[in-house]
Amino acid sequence: MSVTASDVAQVALLARLTIPDDRIDEVTDRFTRVLDLVAELQQVDTDGVLPMSNPHDMEQRLRADEVTEVNERDHLQQPAPAVEDGYFLVPKVID
Amino acid sequence: MTWEMVMGLEVHLQLATRSKIFSGAANRFGAEPNVQACAVDLGMPGMLPVLNEQAVRFAVMFGLGIDARIGKRSIFDRKNYFYPDLPKGYQVSQFFEPIVCEGTFEVPMPDGDLFSIRITRAHLEEDAGKSVHDRFPNQTGVDLNRAGTPLLEIVTEPDFRTAEQAVAYLKALHSLVTYLGISDGNMAEGSMRCDINLSLRPAGSEAYGTRTEIKNVNSFRFVEKAIAVEAKRQQELLEDGLSIVQETRLYDAERNETRSMRSKEVANDYRYFPEPDLLPIVLDDAYIAAVSADLPELPGAKRQRFIEQYQLSNYDAAQLVSSLAMADYFEATVTACGEAKATANWMLGDLAAALNRENLSLEDAPIGPLDLAGLVARVADGTLSSKLGKQVFEGLWLREGSADEIIAQRGLKQVSDAGALESLIATVISNNPDQVAQYRAADEVKQKKLIGFFVGQIMKASKGQANPKLVNELLARALAGD
Repeated sequence: MSVTASDVAQVALLARLTIPDDRIDEVTDRFTRVLDLVAELQQVDTDGVLPMSNPHDMEQRLRADEVTEVNERDHLQQPAPAVEDGYFLVPKVID
Repeated sequence: MTWEMVMGLEVHLQLATRSKIFSGAANRFGAEPNVQACAVDLGMPGMLPVLNEQAVRFAVMFGLGIDARIGKRSIFDRKNYFYPDLPKGYQVSQFFEPIVCEGTFEVPMPDGDLFSIRITRAHLEEDAGKSVHDRFPNQTGVDLNRAGTPLLEIVTEPDFRTAEQAVAYLKALHSLVTYLGISDGNMAEGSMRCDINLSLRPAGSEAYGTRTEIKNVNSFRFVEKAIAVEAKRQQELLEDGLSIVQETRLYDAERNETRSMRSKEVANDYRYFPEPDLLPIVLDDAYIAAVSADLPELPGAKRQRFIEQYQLSNYDAAQLVSSLAMADYFEATVTACGEAKATANWMLGDLAAALNRENLSLEDAPIGPLDLAGLVARVADGTLSSKLGKQVFEGLWLREGSADEIIAQRGLKQVSDAGALESLIATVISNNPDQVAQYRAADEVKQKKLIGFFVGQIMKASKGQANPKLVNELLARALAGD
């Protein structure tokens, strides 16, 4: 399975990662090797095997619909770089 | 060329649970920013989601309400994208195996006819937070109170051909979810938000054109306007020989236009994969049967019952069941007065007009079902003409008392005493010799018009209290010269 440098650039963009130009070839090569491994796995005959969505052979437990959390805004906002009037502040985003 | 519009709708419905879908933080609209965002909602490292049983139950109720197949084993997936109001960098949603699978929904159109819509799926997911763009200079404020609010995303097949159908569907959906009690359906507060997928194709063509998606339209009226303006935009492009770009657009109500969302320039690639922090939701037949047994009477069934039990028209029945409050009001009134058709007329006529004029909801109306029943009964037994009934209605609206009290206080009893009416008629006839002569000389068709003058005079002389039916009878006889 071959991956191009532009595939890598696209994935990096989606993941918000910067990959320096001088490392693109190396990363492309490593991507290719991972996908080769997946390609090998895909040769296994899985007819009649249900896709596994979780390795635990268990069902989801549910919680009762009750409010158990209190307001901890001050505490939870401590690590934030900027807050004002109760809002988290981030660089301007425009739709 | 004639174009045909093809639309599918996606509705994001906030579920009326007490707590969030994956955390125990409160799910309530209108709180101070970030006071209802706990560590799970904020996506703090190491926090794990625990699914709310009520959200699951509400989703199943909805599925049963549209006769859908319930997914007995549904799973959550991560939808990956970056935005400041999405703290984890992914939204937990259901992509591969939704909890509600294909179903159908019967939508009453404004004329009372039914129109069938195929529902593709409905799945559970978490809402994102809210970004505030206009409050801080050069910065965006983020309020994560809404993050983790349970949503049911309801997706239809591309079955809509007109804006009217789309709006009728949304109204019917609104009434279904409020009957079920799974959402407050408050569109102004974002409890029900609509995405419209719209494309045009030449009339008669089978293939779909390229579509655009208009995001987050939050009122019935805006849905109608957004569809009209986007269809016009697409038509103009196509007629100029240009092509449609498949993209996400926003409807701007102030300018009445749609425009491309710049932030979505990078083609969406959500890279869904199963959410490892949650296990499959497994529902057995006993659970589904128990939820089914608890369902209330739904709008479709109630409409059918109203038609049969009260001999109402399709139109009246569809109007009356459109909200549970209205249907309950109607039945309470009819139980008290026994007059279904007259009750429907008062509710859909004078009462609806008065509520509209004062911008009130039925719950806040100054006239309760028993008040209205008192009025309907007095018109039915002949105490009031329909004209006097309107005056009593006005009195009820002003909270002057019961219908009977208003009739007594305002002296509104209809005069049905033949002797009293005959003397009024005699006076009017002797005061208007010219009109009488004209009437007597006219043919039958013309007489029917001319008699209105005398009826008007008599009603005026009786201050509107003469029984109009009796006046007409006695007057015709008097004018004939008997």
